[in-house]
Amino acid sequence: MFEFIATYAPQLIVAGIKYTVPLALISFVFAVIIAALVAVLRSYVPHATGIKSIGWRILKFILWFYVWLFRSTPMLVQLFVVFYGLPKLGISWLSPSGWAAAVWVLSLNTAAYASEAIRAAITSIPDTQREAGAALGMTDAQIFIRIILPQAARISIPTLANSFISLVKDTSLASVVTIVEMFYLSQQLAATNFEPLQMYLLVAAIYAIFVSILSIPQHYIQRWADRFVKVQG
Amino acid sequence: MLKLEHIDKQYAEHHALKDINVTFNPHETTVIVGPSGSGKSTLLRSLNLLEHPDSGLYTIDDRTIDLSQPVTTDTLLWVRRKTGMVFQQPRMFDHLTILGNIIEAPVHVLKQKKADATKKAHELLQAVDLDNTADRYPYQLSGGQTQRVAIARALAMEPDYLLLDEPTSALDPELEAQVLRVLNGLAKEDQSMIIVTHNMEFAREAADRMLFLEDGEIVFDGTPAEFFSEPTDRIKHFLNAFKFEN
Repeated sequence: MFEFIATYAPQLIVAGIKYTVPLALISFVFAVIIAALVAVLRSYVPHATGIKSIGWRILKFILWFYVWLFRSTPMLVQLFVVFYGLPKLGISWLSPSGWAAAVWVLSLNTAAYASEAIRAAITSIPDTQREAGAALGMTDAQIFIRIILPQAARISIPTLANSFISLVKDTSLASVVTIVEMFYLSQQLAATNFEPLQMYLLVAAIYAIFVSILSIPQHYIQRWADRFVKVQG
Repeated sequence: MLKLEHIDKQYAEHHALKDINVTFNPHETTVIVGPSGSGKSTLLRSLNLLEHPDSGLYTIDDRTIDLSQPVTTDTLLWVRRKTGMVFQQPRMFDHLTILGNIIEAPVHVLKQKKADATKKAHELLQAVDLDNTADRYPYQLSGGQTQRVAIARALAMEPDYLLLDEPTSALDPELEAQVLRVLNGLAKEDQSMIIVTHNMEFAREAADRMLFLEDGEIVFDGTPAEFFSEPTDRIKHFLNAFKFEN
């Protein structure tokens, strides 16, 4: 048992550090940026008229469609479409490598869920906050950026942390686009040592350890974000 | 000077303001009273355009705004810099410290230097007897304290007129007294104020002028002395509602 772990764990951990962790971190950074943009644009109520208002409607429809599409199809299918399907249309610049395809899909998929969480947080800030800002002469943009978003960000943290945990585990799907991350490697090793149970239990344990370590910052971020609210209990 | 002419506001099933004509003079404290739903808050909120009346003219100093037309953002922001607002609930920005709440608009709207705004904020906090709370967050203060911060926050913008919408209705009597003392002090310093309140004692003490609203109309406009000593039957009925004896 100990020998088994000593033999295989280091290889798996290296694969995790080389692929799983960077895939998750890079995709999460993109996901949060995309999610915040989508959430902000979708919760913005424009006062525009005429051609501008039509432009807003089209933009909002596109954003709704994006969120709907990525939330209602399996990520595995999305990976196949982007990596194997789109190049057939001549769109290979979008996913020149398995890496690019994985980052695209992981980011866009995570962002679709996260944008809903951020949007809900934005809508949960009472309108009285907006009025208080308006009464002080602040512009809509100032109110949004300086009053609404900081408060909404705090509320979104637990849901975003959940998205991040899912994302770390979802990187295992990148195995289907030729990335030899931890899970793919464990499959290859199991095929040679004929110990699938021990092998997959080992890789599961290593995923759990990675997720736990990567989740540590959440505690500190939450504590910092909660500085302005009464801590319950 | 704030001047409203022929102001009208109609909600779906409620005619909130009916042809209101009134002028508010500088350095006066005007107290607006009236039963619930009489249009007091709508009138007050119209003065800083948080509520947009359907029609009428609104003159601030020498600039007249036709309210039957949409107002530009510039006009809106200009009106709000002339008029500070304190709401029934303090509406603190929960993510900012007390100091942060007060300097937020001076720094980002008036573009004051942070150091200057901070100095002014400490003076204002001293004036409302809360300078020791500057670095705390709103949740750490009582309702009466945050309401005094809200007053300081509005004053930090140096508005020509301070509007207060039932500023003590959410407070218990002890905390209410703290807030009223601050307002009474401001009244004595000739800060121009327009206050919607149910506190008749305060009106008697601090008001230079009283308005009584009912069903969207101003039915009394005069001094507190006239209001309390020579009340019309309607006002008598209204004032009696504040008494317990039968």
